[in-house]
Amino acid sequence: MGRKLLTEHINVEGINTFEVYRKHGGYRSVEKALKTMTPDEVTEEVKKSGLRGRGGAGFPAGMKWGFLAKPEGVPRYLVCNADESEPGTFKDRQLMTKLPHLLIEGMITGSYALGARTSYIYIRGELLYVLRILEKAIAEAYAAGFLGENILGSGYSLDLHVHPGAGAYICGEETALLESLEGKRGNPRNKPPFPAVQGLYARPTVVNNVETIAAVPVIVNEGGDEYAKIGIGRSTGTKLISACGHLNKPGIYEIELGLPVEEFIYSDEYCGGIWKGRDLKAVVAGGSSVPILPKELILKTAAGENRLMTYESLSDGGFVTGTMLGSGGFIAMDETTCIVKNTWNFSRFYHHESCGQCSPCREGTGWMEKVLHRLEHGHGSMHDIDLLVSVAKQIEGNTICPLGEAAAWPVAAAVRHFRHEFEWHVTNPKEATAPGAAYRGAAVLA
Amino acid sequence: MAKITFDGIEIEVADGTTIMNAARQIGGSIVPPAMCYYTPLKGSGGKCRACLVKVSAGSAKDPRPMPKLVASCITTVQDGMVVENTINEQVMDVRKGIVEMLLINHPLDCPVCDQAGECSLQDFAFEHGLSTTRYEEERRTFEKIDIGPLIQLHMTRCILCYRCVYTADQLTPERVHGVLGRGDASEIGTYIENIIDNEFSGNVIDVCPVGALTDKTFRFKQRVWFTKPVNAHRDCQTDKCEGRVTLWYKGKDVLRVTARKDEYGEVKEWICNTCRFDKKETSDWTLEGPAHINRASVIAQNHYELPVVNPQVIRDLPESTTRELERNPPLRLGGLNN
Repeated sequence: MGRKLLTEHINVEGINTFEVYRKHGGYRSVEKALKTMTPDEVTEEVKKSGLRGRGGAGFPAGMKWGFLAKPEGVPRYLVCNADESEPGTFKDRQLMTKLPHLLIEGMITGSYALGARTSYIYIRGELLYVLRILEKAIAEAYAAGFLGENILGSGYSLDLHVHPGAGAYICGEETALLESLEGKRGNPRNKPPFPAVQGLYARPTVVNNVETIAAVPVIVNEGGDEYAKIGIGRSTGTKLISACGHLNKPGIYEIELGLPVEEFIYSDEYCGGIWKGRDLKAVVAGGSSVPILPKELILKTAAGENRLMTYESLSDGGFVTGTMLGSGGFIAMDETTCIVKNTWNFSRFYHHESCGQCSPCREGTGWMEKVLHRLEHGHGSMHDIDLLVSVAKQIEGNTICPLGEAAAWPVAAAVRHFRHEFEWHVTNPKEATAPGAAYRGAAVLA
Repeated sequence: MAKITFDGIEIEVADGTTIMNAARQIGGSIVPPAMCYYTPLKGSGGKCRACLVKVSAGSAKDPRPMPKLVASCITTVQDGMVVENTINEQVMDVRKGIVEMLLINHPLDCPVCDQAGECSLQDFAFEHGLSTTRYEEERRTFEKIDIGPLIQLHMTRCILCYRCVYTADQLTPERVHGVLGRGDASEIGTYIENIIDNEFSGNVIDVCPVGALTDKTFRFKQRVWFTKPVNAHRDCQTDKCEGRVTLWYKGKDVLRVTARKDEYGEVKEWICNTCRFDKKETSDWTLEGPAHINRASVIAQNHYELPVVNPQVIRDLPESTTRELERNPPLRLGGLNN
């Protein structure tokens, strides 16, 4: 049974209220940090923990905090990125719905460490009901003296606001989020300057994902070194995985990093295997933006080693046989899945969500989607398959923000691993476009 | 000061200079193209990705190459930086790709477009593009949009460089237009069909790199290369307008008035609408003489000049480097022979 650090009490009745949360040890990290630690000591614990950003990029959180510019007399901000909207990823929503006080506790402790006097939770606009839950919890925290002026008599004051966005995937990109938070169109900014130097209102800002911030109370309570003992190598701690697709038990699981992928899919503790006893065909391991991997490679690497749920193991030093842990959006596809249709579906999403600021992403995402539409509907040619790869290559690495890569990687990886399936769509258009049709020929890697 | 090497040419520039502006100090055809960057407009640049370059050494302190190509118009130089532009195959490949992307939703209607001959995209496509496209899908088209009596908006040709938006933002007191929509559905618009109407609105025509915003008082009157540009000035009473312009003559008639531009097509001084649209008699102006068009464009016909590397910069280069540069076709060291 894996350890649960964030979700230990998630099923306790009334845990979303201040009273019950407090009874179960809530807000201890605030007391500990504000009364016994300096802000730098808190940051140091986060550094020691090896906690990596849980939003997708996996950048070490403590290092990010360490980059924050601290000029005298200038306000600094901690912004929580709660704009979760990647297809396949839905763990932050659950965390905020069930454990709003855990996030607030993390925001207070984190803000104290960073010297922020005002902090924001930028939440996706569609999650209005979660917004209400957070607002209620924040009001409770104010009433209990954990927010506002002179928290617990420590001399430290903090205001926390929840800000709903209008519902654009691009606003999950940290600089687009800051633009949106400032009341502007959510277009990503050119970097540098990075938010740690010029973020919200051109002030030093740290933007962290909900899950990252929720891990801070655990780290402060238990100590960074203890936290770092969980996991493997540079992938420390636990990670929430939102598992969906053709699984017997889809849902949100907190795993210790380093869990074998096979165990995650097939053990009863987690997903319980593929539904209806079917065979697994492919997995998207970290949300729709990461490269898709066929069964053979998601369970074992090309070198024959077991694939683990860690940042390093999934990356595997490149994308030829690897993918990314990303945000932990684990989408399993059984043998009846049409990869072409699935890729087209992902592509539709990125086409729709591109902000349109830079040329390769604006034009390229639409181009890929239209070619995939053709292929899926039986009007494609062999040339289209190479065209897809070429367009994806033209986008990748040439855009202002990572949305370009997010759109290009799934397409390039799908062609790389399932080219036969694309070719089958070209050579057998009638069969391929029949309802429920999926290529079930010899596996590409067999 | 920072010493950088750009396409094999060493140059020392002030700290904080962008790679693009360092290249412009060298001059010549090695300067990366810019579709969205516009020096007088704060915040412009970084969007079209036409100016991507390879930084093969980040700085003397940290000589590691930058992992991705960088937008030269917004990336500042570091001492010891080594930049590859025309000599880097990856950069040239990407540039071909950018042209292809930009031309997806920009019709090649140069024969009927009023911007022909002055179009940055035309030049960019000519220098870096391919003669064919792989794009077979339906392209986007727009209904005619009325944004007032002076400016014609051809949304079909817009490449969303944002220059006109920045111009309106930074130059005029009330911005009435911006970018609406998202992705390839984005468009320049005035929201509920407003008109763009203020004393400096005409400058959005000058900054538009393509034919999306054209002068209604000039369009279809003449191909620009059949007109004669003459510099002129007048004592303009409008605040912030210096009254220094270029008059475009056909015979004795002034067909068009524009702001004066430098060799990169950037406006040197903004002009007001009175100068631009209302003063089209020679008697309104004090003529200074023929305008020098030193851009690699068809409008420079008869006095067409190949861009040359700034002789001041290459003067001190070692002979071996100069020889190498002379062999390198994109670099025409015309200045050396003058």
